[in-house]
Amino acid sequence: MPPLLEVDRVSKSFGGVAANVDISFDVHEGEILGLIGPNGAGKTSLFNSVSGEVTPDAGEIRLAGQRVSGLRPEQCSLLGIARTFQVVRSFDSMTVLENVMVGAYARLSRTRPAMARALETLEFTGLAARADTLAHSLTPAEKRRLEVARALATKPRLLLLDEMLTGLTPVEAQSGVQLIRDVLARGITVIMVEHVMEVLLPLVHRAVVLDLGRVLTIGAPTEVVHNPDVIRAYLGDRYAAA
Amino acid sequence: MKETSITRRRRHELIIGAALLLVLAVLPLPIRDVYTRNLIIITVLFAGLAQAWNILGGYCGQISLSHALYFGVGAYVSTLLLTRLAIPPTFGMFAGGALGGLMALLVGWPCFRLSGHYYAIATVVVGEIGYLLFLNWDWVGGATGINIPYVRSVGDSWLWLQFRIDKLPYHYAALAFASVAWLVAWLIEGSRWGFVWRAVKDDPVAARSLAVRIFPSKMAAAAISGALTGIGGAIYAQYVGYIDPDSVMYGQLSILIPLPAVLGGVGTLWGPLVGAAVLIPLSELTRSYLGGSGSGVDLMIYGGLIVVVALARPQGLASLIGVRVRAPAGAVDAAAA
Repeated sequence: MPPLLEVDRVSKSFGGVAANVDISFDVHEGEILGLIGPNGAGKTSLFNSVSGEVTPDAGEIRLAGQRVSGLRPEQCSLLGIARTFQVVRSFDSMTVLENVMVGAYARLSRTRPAMARALETLEFTGLAARADTLAHSLTPAEKRRLEVARALATKPRLLLLDEMLTGLTPVEAQSGVQLIRDVLARGITVIMVEHVMEVLLPLVHRAVVLDLGRVLTIGAPTEVVHNPDVIRAYLGDRYAAA
Repeated sequence: MKETSITRRRRHELIIGAALLLVLAVLPLPIRDVYTRNLIIITVLFAGLAQAWNILGGYCGQISLSHALYFGVGAYVSTLLLTRLAIPPTFGMFAGGALGGLMALLVGWPCFRLSGHYYAIATVVVGEIGYLLFLNWDWVGGATGINIPYVRSVGDSWLWLQFRIDKLPYHYAALAFASVAWLVAWLIEGSRWGFVWRAVKDDPVAARSLAVRIFPSKMAAAAISGALTGIGGAIYAQYVGYIDPDSVMYGQLSILIPLPAVLGGVGTLWGPLVGAAVLIPLSELTRSYLGGSGSGVDLMIYGGLIVVVALARPQGLASLIGVRVRAPAGAVDAAAA
């Protein structure tokens, strides 16, 4: 059986700026993979390639052996790839329940089952009490949670979380981590981009470190943080020797 | 399944809608005055037209300014079928609706590749092209227009939608039209389409990530909106008995159709109704009391009142009577367009 996601020698540049260069890694079913790297390392670009937002210039991305690179976002969603956005994109004129129903309609055409699934997803993500609130009046932490709920309502196999914990208070981040653990427990594979290393590293099974669009290293969190290249990328040459 | 706020709200809407229908059905009965009856008919018709526009402009968020074209096409198709082929307008209006919807698809095909203000501007141009084509097209009467004959052999008839003296039946035709438009909007609100269209309006990028296909969604909204508008045009043609490009396809009509929806509350079920109930009588009153002097004072006051409403209640007049308003930001954009 092939890995759930195969990123195979993917390159993407924007107007001469190389965002991703020859990136390859696999993600296995049930795994949680961290994607880290300094600003501009190409993390969000890679997410956009996997979710169909952009098409890689070279290379291929496969989900369960099936090619998804070059497909449109709506096709990727139907194949089981769901995502959240770095800058929150909620449907602000709709209530929390209605937002999540849009996700549920991805696989359900009738309203009753869609509503039932949306309510169940709100329960799971701890937003049930806010069901009738307009999305634009949620707190930032709740909005991030809403994005996760909306994505989960599409019944994905793979969930891409783009800086879901960034900018949250420590308490909010902790409950966000718990939500991610609950998602994993449901058998959904997760790739997460995160700046907050101390939150990310204990959570992920493996981490891929990107720098200037290239893969610097792939490995278990403990290996990754002690890798001299990673230290150099984050802290500069002077610290690499230490 | 437990009852949610959505199912409860939708049941209330249906009850209020039915009650309103009953009130509007008896409203013109005690009124003998032809002028007031005409005012009521036009108000009801515009409530339906604004609701039809609301399906594309409100729920799906595509600010179309070419609805005069669909209205005019509906009016012309049913009228030409009547005058050339002697097909009763009761059938003709559905043909008009079909062509109105088809026209909306033809306009949507290129224009939906644009978004926001660029889309709106493109539709203005398309509407103007349609107007000029009909103005110079002799086969459809050109600038002279078409007189709709009273078919003497059948007399007053619902099938032929012709009533010589008593105009009351036209009230029921307009009311049936507005009710259908309202019901369609209500059904859409509770269906996959309604949710998906509002998602398209709020954030197309997020919508696509949830498997929403943007272009087909817009096309579906346009087809339904255009078809309803075409049916409205056909009913209007039978009511006034004469059509020309300047009465059913003029550019300003593309503003007058969305205006009740925009001021009443875009993307809401009641907005177009409330907007029409306030705006249409207001425009008639300013015209009858202040118009006719040639100075345009009536239009200045009418326009001024619209500006006041838009500034004071950007989320729409319907919010005054406790209607939940969905789209504060969208309402402001639409009012500015």
